[in-house]
Amino acid sequence: MNLNFWVTQTFNGISYGALLFLVGSGLSLIFGVMRIVNLSHGSYFMLGGYVALTVIWTTGSWLLAIPVAALTIAVLGLAMERIFLRQLGFDPLRQVLLTVGFAFLFQQAALDIWSGNNFDINPPAVLSQTISIGGIFLPLYRVFMIAIALAIGLVLWLVMEKTRIGAQVRATVDDAQMARGVGIDTSRISMMIFSLGAFLAALGGVIGGAFLGIYPGLDFEMLPIAFAVVIIGGMGSLGGAAIGALIVGLADNVGKALFPEISYFTLYAPMALILAVKPTGLFGRE
Amino acid sequence: MRSHTLKILMVIVALAAIAVVVPNTNSFVILLVTRALAFSILVMSLDILLGYTGLASLGQAAYLGVGAYATAIFATKYHFGLGWDFWLVLLMGILLGAALAAVFGLLAIRASGVYFLMITLALGQCVWGLAYRWNSLTGGDNGINLRERPKFGGLDLANEMTFFFLVFGVFVVSLLLMYTLVRSPFGRSLAGIRERELRMQILGYNTWLHKYIAFIIAGGFGGLSGVLWAHTAGIVSPENVVLTTSVDALLMAVLGGAGTLVGGVIGAFIVFGLREFLSTLVPWWQYVLGVVYVATILYLPTGLMGIPERLRQKRAQPDKHGEATGAATLHPAEKRS
Repeated sequence: MNLNFWVTQTFNGISYGALLFLVGSGLSLIFGVMRIVNLSHGSYFMLGGYVALTVIWTTGSWLLAIPVAALTIAVLGLAMERIFLRQLGFDPLRQVLLTVGFAFLFQQAALDIWSGNNFDINPPAVLSQTISIGGIFLPLYRVFMIAIALAIGLVLWLVMEKTRIGAQVRATVDDAQMARGVGIDTSRISMMIFSLGAFLAALGGVIGGAFLGIYPGLDFEMLPIAFAVVIIGGMGSLGGAAIGALIVGLADNVGKALFPEISYFTLYAPMALILAVKPTGLFGRE
Repeated sequence: MRSHTLKILMVIVALAAIAVVVPNTNSFVILLVTRALAFSILVMSLDILLGYTGLASLGQAAYLGVGAYATAIFATKYHFGLGWDFWLVLLMGILLGAALAAVFGLLAIRASGVYFLMITLALGQCVWGLAYRWNSLTGGDNGINLRERPKFGGLDLANEMTFFFLVFGVFVVSLLLMYTLVRSPFGRSLAGIRERELRMQILGYNTWLHKYIAFIIAGGFGGLSGVLWAHTAGIVSPENVVLTTSVDALLMAVLGGAGTLVGGVIGAFIVFGLREFLSTLVPWWQYVLGVVYVATILYLPTGLMGIPERLRQKRAQPDKHGEATGAATLHPAEKRS
């Protein structure tokens, strides 16, 4: 266990955290605005990967697959929010249960359309290289993941903090009733955020598909990890999602390397403890 | 009150019908019903939380898992619980489930609504993580195979009929106990907490303790169902404690009607039935399940058990929607102040 080990583990942890940020930030925003936990978020991740596969198989373009998959799933999320979740008004528990139902439907649909095989999304050869920095070999693809997450995070932060629509979202997160009172169309905000969350999750699916693979069951594997991110970071907070993603990414990598027997336990036990002590998460607003 | 007596009578008739009809069918049906009955105990335990206390748990499979793993580990490693001591294991399953709930409850009961849902999910994942990774104890991903079922007195539980009647018996006793619980003053206070916790606090009830005790009782029944499940399935694996199993239990409770106990059983039978029967007939059976479930949430918040009530209300006041159907409505998370 030399320095090399720690540098590699840390790097892997950070890059995994970058992926988790994409999934977690959407989940977090959805919770902030709608007060629901979207249990089909893992399905968006998986479906994003599958749609990307189809695009790659038909056009051969990985670069095209990214936006197409993310946008397709964003539309799916939009439809789900408008047609089904909106109907229930403000009833978080029923909305949550509804997202479970959809998760099952998506699971079956994915199995039917893309079969039960495991697939890998192969990024272009340029990104499959490794680069060497100071004697340590780093896969370029993981660097790319970190760059994407940074870029997305920056854009999200700018939109949230600097634009009118971002201010409206923040107002809705803080107090939806009050936001409606001052004339903010919170229904529209919900729709946008839900769709954005689906977009980000699907994006994560395409990018993560390269090293996680895309397979049936990925949805319910990803979901609790995304939960851990959001809960540790605090729900409804973008910065919290980033920190949560980093913590979970690092804990997951180091945990699996150091004590594999209880690695999942070391991930979820802190999550439960944090929830018990501070239900809004470490960086969540009261 | 007359309709209440009628309902009890219908449940008794249904149970009697199961006891008479099922043994005369083929082994496929017997196994299917045995599985559904064993799992139903878990669903009913969840219903105590969801339907009667207003706490949606997404980690109920953990208690089934504890009971099931304990049974499997005792049986394979120590050859314990395969004779008369099966009843000891049954008791131990209940105690372990309750003990785990007593620990988890300390963390979970503080939260309510969606937060409770997430914390139970996290706790359930802890158990899953241990089951999945702790190879030396749990057999990891492969799980543990139970090679034999208990034998005691003149009874050999390897006989599917004998085993069916054992599970049926335990199920009926569980149903009775849980029914007594929810009808007791304690159960009434739980319903009060579900309706409006603050009011119960003002009235002087220790709502935390009430919820905590309900949580422990639910855990105990979960452990019990785990013991039965281990012997029913013959294998215990992380599959039993994974998130989707908890989701399944929640789905069954909601489908049948939360806050009715029996509804969860109906839900379990429908889901198990669809899975086993429909899957042999059509490849798209899971869509049927999904659509039925989504439609239930959207149009029947009181579940299938709420249908008669809704019909009655529609007849009585054709212009009004049945909002106040009583026990079974699901509640939005209490607003955090």
